[in-house]
Amino acid sequence: MSRRARSRTSFLPRDLHPAAWWVWALGMATAASRTTNPWLLGVVIAVVCYVVVARRSDSPWARSFRLYLYLGLIIVGMRCLFRVVFGGGEGSTILLHLPQIPLPAWAAGIRLLGDVSAESVLGGFYDGLRLATMVICLGAANALANPKRLLRSMPSALYEVGTAVIVALSVFPQLAESVQRVHRARRLRGHVATGRRALRSVIIPVLEDALDRSLQLASSMDSRGYGRAGTASPRSRATTGTFMVLGLVGVCVGIYGTLDGTTPRILAGPMLLVGVLLALCGFVLAGRRVERSRYRPDRWHLPEILTATTGVAVAAMVGGVTGDTTALDPSLTDLSLPLLAWGPLLAVLVGILPAWLTPPPASPFVGLEDEPEPSGGAPESSGIPESSGTASGDPIGARR
Amino acid sequence: MIRLEDVSIWYHEQALPTLEHVDLTIGEGELVLLVGRTGAGKSTLLGTLNGLVPHFTGGHLQGRVTVAGVSTASRPPREFAHLVGMVGQDPLAGFVTDTVEEELAYGMEQLGVRPDVMRRRVEETLDLLGMSELRRRALRTLSGGQQQRVAIGSVLTMHPPVLVLDEPTSALDPTAAEEVLATLARLVQDLGTTVVVAEHRMERVIPFADLVISVDDGGRVRAGDPATMLRDTPIAPPIVELGRAVGWDPLPLSVRDARRVAGPLRERLATRVPGPVTGDPMSPPTTPASPVAALTAEGVVVRYGPKVAVRGVDLVLRPGHVLAMMGRNGSGKSSLLWALQGSGPRQGGRVTVQGQDPKALSSKAARALVGLVPQTASDLLYLETVAAECESGDAESGAAPGSCRDLLDSLAPDIDSGQHPRDLSEGQRLALVLAVQLTAAPAVLLLDEPTRGLDYTAKRVFGRVLRRLADEGRAVVVATHDVEFVAGVADEALVMAEGEIVSQGSTRDVLGGSPAFAPQVAKILGEQWLTVTQVTAVLEADRQEVVS
Repeated sequence: MSRRARSRTSFLPRDLHPAAWWVWALGMATAASRTTNPWLLGVVIAVVCYVVVARRSDSPWARSFRLYLYLGLIIVGMRCLFRVVFGGGEGSTILLHLPQIPLPAWAAGIRLLGDVSAESVLGGFYDGLRLATMVICLGAANALANPKRLLRSMPSALYEVGTAVIVALSVFPQLAESVQRVHRARRLRGHVATGRRALRSVIIPVLEDALDRSLQLASSMDSRGYGRAGTASPRSRATTGTFMVLGLVGVCVGIYGTLDGTTPRILAGPMLLVGVLLALCGFVLAGRRVERSRYRPDRWHLPEILTATTGVAVAAMVGGVTGDTTALDPSLTDLSLPLLAWGPLLAVLVGILPAWLTPPPASPFVGLEDEPEPSGGAPESSGIPESSGTASGDPIGARR
Repeated sequence: MIRLEDVSIWYHEQALPTLEHVDLTIGEGELVLLVGRTGAGKSTLLGTLNGLVPHFTGGHLQGRVTVAGVSTASRPPREFAHLVGMVGQDPLAGFVTDTVEEELAYGMEQLGVRPDVMRRRVEETLDLLGMSELRRRALRTLSGGQQQRVAIGSVLTMHPPVLVLDEPTSALDPTAAEEVLATLARLVQDLGTTVVVAEHRMERVIPFADLVISVDDGGRVRAGDPATMLRDTPIAPPIVELGRAVGWDPLPLSVRDARRVAGPLRERLATRVPGPVTGDPMSPPTTPASPVAALTAEGVVVRYGPKVAVRGVDLVLRPGHVLAMMGRNGSGKSSLLWALQGSGPRQGGRVTVQGQDPKALSSKAARALVGLVPQTASDLLYLETVAAECESGDAESGAAPGSCRDLLDSLAPDIDSGQHPRDLSEGQRLALVLAVQLTAAPAVLLLDEPTRGLDYTAKRVFGRVLRRLADEGRAVVVATHDVEFVAGVADEALVMAEGEIVSQGSTRDVLGGSPAFAPQVAKILGEQWLTVTQVTAVLEADRQEVVS
């Protein structure tokens, strides 16, 4: 396939590399973390929602996005409520006069109720909105990228861990199913008892079931070659381990530095870079001794790169705004309608591009719709059924 | 291809070996059928073929098992993945990934097959098993037959020369079982794979089998060609029993062969009227249904969100009758049973038992009217010993102490009180659950797929139990896929599809004429003959006449 043809096929309906969506969503979240301007945060939420609606598939995890929106609402509500309950006195515009509840001396520094000022409630609202926006960004990543595919595209060094997590994830619905089943069965025995005995009558069959299943799964995985090969000397294992741990520490410190604007800059970008490099070395070392191949791995094509780039660009542009920061952090001392500057607005709007720059998701029901046949109808569809006719007929009707 | 040399296996804390001095040679490209009672050691024998026994299950193996010249003692099961493909009873429990395509590729990924080869093999396997349109579907949303075919496909992609299947159709409805067995036949014919399969529905596999291995009690194993082996195995499909009873030689193994030799018998039976379908031929014919209904249901509707499971079903159950409920997986049988019992959801319609609606009653009162044995009967058991379960059963039903145990003894004698319910055989566990439910003395008894996992002998015993329960004046409903079981037990049958009853009537009317549900004897002798017992009764009567 020529380079040009490949770039064209990469826009046909398919699932985007999950990591690309995650980079994009994290970029949006980073941008949101740098501002408390409600207009700007609103635009971020709108952009994220638009992209999710345009590019999510009809799989169960994609439908979970609504839950994140609700979660965001709850976060904003809680933040405001907390400001009312635990001291919202800072500021001059008093909205409510509530009686302050006196607390004993050991609880000094905590205030219950009392005067509520508009400034402090507004502060709570801005803060809550920022957190809610970040949560919604992560929810978007969850809705757009199949979490299991993300685990699958982990470096081969983490393959075993990934498999374990995938198995654990699929155990949950099964567990819920068997709890439900046993609970129903309990009623057949006329159990009305509650308490320990009742708990026991549910838990024991469920655990038995889970144990049986996991033994079956383990034997199935064993006979299908899970954990074949992969021989590493203790020394090489120690080296990879060291690289990994140091890398992870570096990445953690780096991410903290990037998100918290007050830490020294040396702990942000450079630390992140060093951490990522160290971790990469570890992965490569560990991956080298794994003799395993991967079926249809997700590859990075043009749409993936574009998506990830927009995410990084949004984060960089919003984070890079210097000088007058009132556009990003509206003042809380004098109450006025926050202003919206063109710079940050345009920067955030860049994040909407993946809605058009990515291929639409593929449907899980391939081939169910009739494809237009280039030639006439199938000749074998009429006449005598092919089977020898002993027991293969279906008296009730077609299956589908 | 496979050699077992003087193999014996002991499990821990068991006095007798599970298998004793087994010597077997299985050639390349053979289809081998493994028969034997449940618990006789079939699964153990299959497990030795890739080293799961004893590497994974524990136990002690004496002797030598080699596959393609490699001894299973030398390596763990995972090193046999490219030689032996293992498919278990419950496909869902063995799935590692969550979509069809990934599941097919999983084994190859472990073997380190090149990506382009992997891609090709996945496509080939999808075509071979006829499921290319399912490729992106989530495994949990597939039907049982489709899941089992994916499980077979997921080991086939590794191109193993040997395929081992442990009762692959035990959880499937007849049509889905057909799908899977047809796939097996195709593999043997087209690919020359060596297939070793343990299968209760042997009648579909026997025509292709090159070798039958019978695992007898006490761990003895015999092997031979199908026609000679089936002459005297304790477990045999109806077709073979008919052949034995009539004295056909050679024994026909497929319906086709049997029809060709059955001409004289058909003529002889043409003028005769078959006896009652059910029970002992010696007992008087079933009493006519009493006019009083044990349970009346009108317009029962069950729905789960937008999905309608039962769509306005009317049903009348009569005391003393056994009603068989059939239909493919997901046709609404279980939902209907649960709705009739009162514990399950019911969005519309009326159910009346002795003037009361079980749904309106407490669960304790409801089970005194209608008893239900659910699909996984063991869900009802949670105590450590049989005795404790029985005591708890008495307490729950407010029955006199010991009544549950008495019932159990009448259903299945000789169950040790101290045993853990899990250690009972499938049939014994079913009897225990049945006894617990019967202690409440319900007038209506509903059973959801009780014959799962029972072999021919256990099924016959269980059929007799059901008959007796009905003769004692209960109305009995059995949801099942097992046509032969229905033919031998039920007075009436009904078939469900998409939540509606599509046919209902006497067992003979419903089963006899249907291509999917006709029992083997009906396929050979015509639709009025359903069981071997009916035929032997007539032949026996003839013989008596000649003598006198």
